[in-house]
Amino acid sequence: MSKVLIIAEHDGTALNPSTAKCVACASALPDAEIHVAVLHSNGADVAAAASGIAGVAKVVQIDHESSEHAVAAAIAPQVVSIAADYSHLFGPSTTFGKDLMPRIAALLGVNQISDVMSVLGSHSFQRPIYAGNAIVTLEAPAGLPVVATVRTASYRAAGSGNNAGIEVVSVDAEIPAHTRFVGLQAGKSDRPDLQTASKVVSGGRALGSAENFDIIYQLADALGAGVGASRAAVDAGYVPNEMQVGQTGKIIAPELYVAIGISGAIQHLTGIKDAGTIVAINKDADAPIFEVADIGLVADLFKVVPELQAALD
Amino acid sequence: MDKILVGLKRVVDYNVRVRVRSDGTGVDIDGVKMSINPFDEIALEEALRIRERGEAGEVIVASIGGDETQQQLRTGLAMGADRAILVNSAEPVDPLTAARVFLELVNREQPGLVILGKQAIDNDNIQTGQMLAALWGRPQATFASEVVLDGDKASITREVDVGLESIEIDLPAVITADLRLNEPRYVKLPDIMKAKKKPLDNIPLQELEVESATPIRELKFEPPEDRQKGVVVEDVPALVAVLKDKGLI
Repeated sequence: MSKVLIIAEHDGTALNPSTAKCVACASALPDAEIHVAVLHSNGADVAAAASGIAGVAKVVQIDHESSEHAVAAAIAPQVVSIAADYSHLFGPSTTFGKDLMPRIAALLGVNQISDVMSVLGSHSFQRPIYAGNAIVTLEAPAGLPVVATVRTASYRAAGSGNNAGIEVVSVDAEIPAHTRFVGLQAGKSDRPDLQTASKVVSGGRALGSAENFDIIYQLADALGAGVGASRAAVDAGYVPNEMQVGQTGKIIAPELYVAIGISGAIQHLTGIKDAGTIVAINKDADAPIFEVADIGLVADLFKVVPELQAALD
Repeated sequence: MDKILVGLKRVVDYNVRVRVRSDGTGVDIDGVKMSINPFDEIALEEALRIRERGEAGEVIVASIGGDETQQQLRTGLAMGADRAILVNSAEPVDPLTAARVFLELVNREQPGLVILGKQAIDNDNIQTGQMLAALWGRPQATFASEVVLDGDKASITREVDVGLESIEIDLPAVITADLRLNEPRYVKLPDIMKAKKKPLDNIPLQELEVESATPIRELKFEPPEDRQKGVVVEDVPALVAVLKDKGLI
């Protein structure tokens, strides 16, 4: 039997959808009993939300003042203190999980399986390497805990309607004070969140400037879409890094992805390969983005994007 | 602080599109261009800037790899590092073993800061920095886009999914570099000549007496499933028609 502990990602009030995707991944393990750990200073609301995820057997609520913000150095020892009860510890492949889970793995003395995209057995998984140019099948060592991050774009969130029991646990762990949260400057946007949006419009280097990126925002608003960008556009300073889609940014799986002025470097393509429909607009007919696009339009983006927006309004 | 330790990994150059070997035993990297992992270059650039501001005395670059990895360490020296350490291992090591090796280097060198790239673009594991910080019992400031040192503390801006997070950490600590931390300098020819004279320690991995972690076995490699090539439309009305047809707008 696999006994799985999923570390919930949340902001103190709401559960991040990445948690239900981890549950979906863990449900693919043979004979899995799934617990979700909620670590916060007062995690009651988040624990209640986690107990509603289909497939969860129990929520473990660990309240500690040091967990007010998700500081890996403070959370990892608390998770480790209850890890002996579990065969598997999963977290999402978001910046939260990427930061936290390797710290847990190291404290447990094991390597981590990063970006699980497919579960083949209790200790056998598939994950992408080389920006998705290769898929490797892995076998974790028997008899050791399996620590993994889940590639959230590979999974649909587990359903709701459950009412799993919530156990409030106090842990005995030495929690360091050497790392202190100061503040969070969240990108203020009324647009759908890039990571969970069903439609995403992204712009690339061909936009040419931060000002020109406005036409991407306008098209996104006409579509009700989230906004992303290629690494080249981030690198050029047109948009902030949290909008980066690709190997070194966000891996997303919207129903509709519109790539505008993006050539389609492999490191970008790896971030969108699970998208439902990919539309590419680029004036270079040989751009690699057209190799993966479901619908291509070879044209000057500055001419056709406003046209497209007008057609949608 | 006296020293900053920077990790440099030798990886397939980011412009190379690797292919899976037809027998599924790995990826074919014979004869392809190898480079310093791009994020490690950013890590080194940050260390050099800290030293140039007078906030650190020495920048040491270290790598784990075979003899050929000396090329990347020499490039690091040409960028401006003061000396290099090669932990010589013909076989690649897993992230936990790499973290243990770096912990041993930390114990030997006692740096005030270790800066690594946030991820290596070959295995995309994103583990080593966090693991080193855990084993060392020190702070980890991952995905850093700004580093401001202040005595025995540092203020770090981190690139997280929702935006920018600010944290304060006590030193010594591990920082992992994100894309926008800085733009690495180009190496000039005279620097390459000078780098040949800088010290490069070549230490066999066994000599460090680091316990190897139990590796995760790689059973099989496959190419990713290709997406089907789609249709090309002539103009915006045609595009709108296809999107409507698919129920997407």
